[in-house]
Amino acid sequence: MVAGVIPAAFLAVFFFWPAGALVLKGFVVDGVPTLEGFQRVFSAPRTWRILGFTLGMAGLATVVCVLLGIPGAHLLYRRRFPGRAVVRALVVVPFVLPTVVVGVAFGSLFDTGGPFGPLGLDDHWIAILLAMVFFNYSVIVRTVGTMWRRLDPRLAEAAHTLGASPLRGFLTVVLPALGPAIAAGASLTFLFCASSFGIVMVLGGVRYSTIETEIWFQTTQLLDLPAAAALSITQLLVVTLLLVATNALQRRTTHARRLHTDDTGVSAATWRRDWATVVVTATVVLVLLLTPLVNLAVRSLRRDGGWSLHNYAALLTAENPALSVPVSRAVWNSLWIALVAATVALALGVLVSLVASRRPASQRGRRALWAVEGLFLLPLGVSAVTVGFGYLITLNRPPLDLRSSLALIPIAQALVALPLVVRSLLPSLHAIDSRQLEAARTLGANHWRVLATIELPQLAKGLGLAAGFAFATSLGEFGATSFLSRPDDPTLPVVIFRLFGRPGADNYGMALAAATLLAVLTAVVMAAAEGRRPKGVATW
Amino acid sequence: MSFARRTTASTTALLALAALAACSGNPADPSQDPGEGGAAGNELTVVTHDSFALPDELKAQFEETTGYDVTYVAPGDGGALVNQLILTKDSPLGDVVFGVDNTFAGRAVEEGVFAPYESPALPESAAQYAIESLTPVDMGDVCINADTQWFEEAGIEVPATLDDLTDPAHKDLLVVSHPASSSPGLAFLAATVGAEGDAWPEYWDALVANGVKVVSGWSDAYYTEFSGADGEGPYPLVLSYATSPAFTLTEDGSASTTEALLETCFRQVEYAGVIEGAENEPGAREFIDFLLSPEVQASIPENMYMYPVDDEVELPADWASFAPLSSDPIDVPADEIAANRDQWIADWTARVIG
Repeated sequence: MVAGVIPAAFLAVFFFWPAGALVLKGFVVDGVPTLEGFQRVFSAPRTWRILGFTLGMAGLATVVCVLLGIPGAHLLYRRRFPGRAVVRALVVVPFVLPTVVVGVAFGSLFDTGGPFGPLGLDDHWIAILLAMVFFNYSVIVRTVGTMWRRLDPRLAEAAHTLGASPLRGFLTVVLPALGPAIAAGASLTFLFCASSFGIVMVLGGVRYSTIETEIWFQTTQLLDLPAAAALSITQLLVVTLLLVATNALQRRTTHARRLHTDDTGVSAATWRRDWATVVVTATVVLVLLLTPLVNLAVRSLRRDGGWSLHNYAALLTAENPALSVPVSRAVWNSLWIALVAATVALALGVLVSLVASRRPASQRGRRALWAVEGLFLLPLGVSAVTVGFGYLITLNRPPLDLRSSLALIPIAQALVALPLVVRSLLPSLHAIDSRQLEAARTLGANHWRVLATIELPQLAKGLGLAAGFAFATSLGEFGATSFLSRPDDPTLPVVIFRLFGRPGADNYGMALAAATLLAVLTAVVMAAAEGRRPKGVATW
Repeated sequence: MSFARRTTASTTALLALAALAACSGNPADPSQDPGEGGAAGNELTVVTHDSFALPDELKAQFEETTGYDVTYVAPGDGGALVNQLILTKDSPLGDVVFGVDNTFAGRAVEEGVFAPYESPALPESAAQYAIESLTPVDMGDVCINADTQWFEEAGIEVPATLDDLTDPAHKDLLVVSHPASSSPGLAFLAATVGAEGDAWPEYWDALVANGVKVVSGWSDAYYTEFSGADGEGPYPLVLSYATSPAFTLTEDGSASTTEALLETCFRQVEYAGVIEGAENEPGAREFIDFLLSPEVQASIPENMYMYPVDDEVELPADWASFAPLSSDPIDVPADEIAANRDQWIADWTARVIG
């Protein structure tokens, strides 16, 4: 129980209190409680359009991700081929890339003069859709793939022997078995898409708003707290409903896994058998995932119409007056902040996972645990602006006068990373056969010993991946950081954002180089973490 | 919670506490720590926007001569900055603020965010910009920029005025940024209000009919859409600053490939002010005087891309040649902007974006 108290206290102080205080302010105008914000917001047709767009886009992006992700999952987790590890790592990179970078990478693609210009998608909702799929493709591939890998091949074989066509076998046997994983991945994708901010800001041009961008606008630009509060509550409601669904589905995935054998379903890829998944996945990876990244890298290497490393050289050496710090300092800041954030997120994540992986006998106990797990996912669905502004009005008095403290940055980033850490760690714990725990206890092992010999070693398997996610998320975090960072001590994403805000070929080139650097840094971290992914355990 | 196994759990908790303590004990780079035993009277917190930059030497010099430990915080862009100041009136974010511009200043003044201060260091040339409680520090003109070369090649005359922009000869050439999400965007909206008066909505209808493109921020407009910048986008007219042409010089530096249309400009003035309830009010005043010192004023163009308010300070050579300020910017008083800003944005959004 105590294990839950520390993370709960952390979440209460650094998330619920600040966000709650700001939302509450929206319900009290001049000292009088009011629902005026709700009435005003929901009587405006614009709000309904925004709500519709948010949910519609998230829904559509989720469908596309699922349709593209299932073939990808099959190829990357059910088949063996040279270079598979590289492709798997590559697929995850977009997920942890900062939106500042993605915005630039995508930005010029759809322009009239850009490579995708002829498609006429500039400022089109399809560009936003593609970016959402770019970000979240890996969520489906991973969730479905890790489960598919362990799916007993005999099921499909039996169907085949009984005369079912491969398609029918897939539809009637494989798909239902994968159902929980697909549903769980889909709801996560939906959650990420529905709360996306940067993509819509950069690619949406100005025509499109989501709840998240509207909260940003109402809060930072108009300081219309009642309206922002009404929107935040609405968003929270949507997210809570989703999390309830996700959690339930994740449970089912976990229970279902017991039926599976080990990696026996994985075989070498052949063109004759796998051409369809190869074509789909290669198209997605090359066109959707790689083109924007290559576009970014190419542009960072161009200078005055020729190829040059000038931008990188400038990044490393130049004393840029617009930054007031050398970029190396920003890289250093990003690294140590990410390290602290990852450590905090891991420490808390381990505690939350240990609590959430308990197997209470009673129905009520199980429900309570689902609630606990869901609670720690909530930061995913609440606007960074709400939390950031909340910090200003809550953490403003001793002993918690942290507003101008750099410590808030890793704390806020840890909050963002925590849900991903828990998602990476929990499956390892769930994968422990309950009979093993019972056997250990029957043989006289006390709780300590169970923890030390069974749970912690199992947890350690997932730690590498979790650490990778936490570190990479923190490296790329911009939303919360932008409210907390100091002008003389920025992180790399903040520097990129600032460089893009200045005129001149030098600043622009350095921004591109810095963005490429950040993408590469993230890719390396994720590839390393991916190499340490737990064997035989499905993570999301 | 009967299912929790207490012993196990509490040990884990202890371990984690230790881990947490270990990492929270060292949250900041030691070099960032404010000086040891710095009494409250010795500390000064400067709140700025995210574009704030000054040379290290000048910052160090200020600390040396005054004996203060200065912390700089930048909680967002100009708009977010002002709204945060309003939100935290009861427990101020810091002692002194720099970076409130004239499109947001009125509102902050109305809300009583600033303590009155008239700096003796205010240069004569800047007196015209002073508003209640606030001290002008730097300024810049937001103007339409043109890709001169593009117009030469196309054989079209470069537009000069706001009305030229609605001329069908300039159809589909202009990209601007959104007034709700970008400060130049808001400045341009104010410029059209100042120039067209009550007919500004109709002016925007004409711009829309003439194919104006609206993007969310200055960077998207300038780097992604504008043909005269490094992104080499498709639009030869862009909303930017009067100073931007100084950054698009030809290789030999003898000419600029872009120009600012000086009849389309709105003057942005950035202010500094003592925050009401400041713990270190004397320090806040000293900092404002410091911002007006010739050294800081001279460093502003290179570091913040704005003009110093002191017109006696020497400008970088490129600026003098290629980035003059408008001699006759479109003027809208700060209190009129404060009173109407939100309504303008709402009307504009309904009209232009739909």
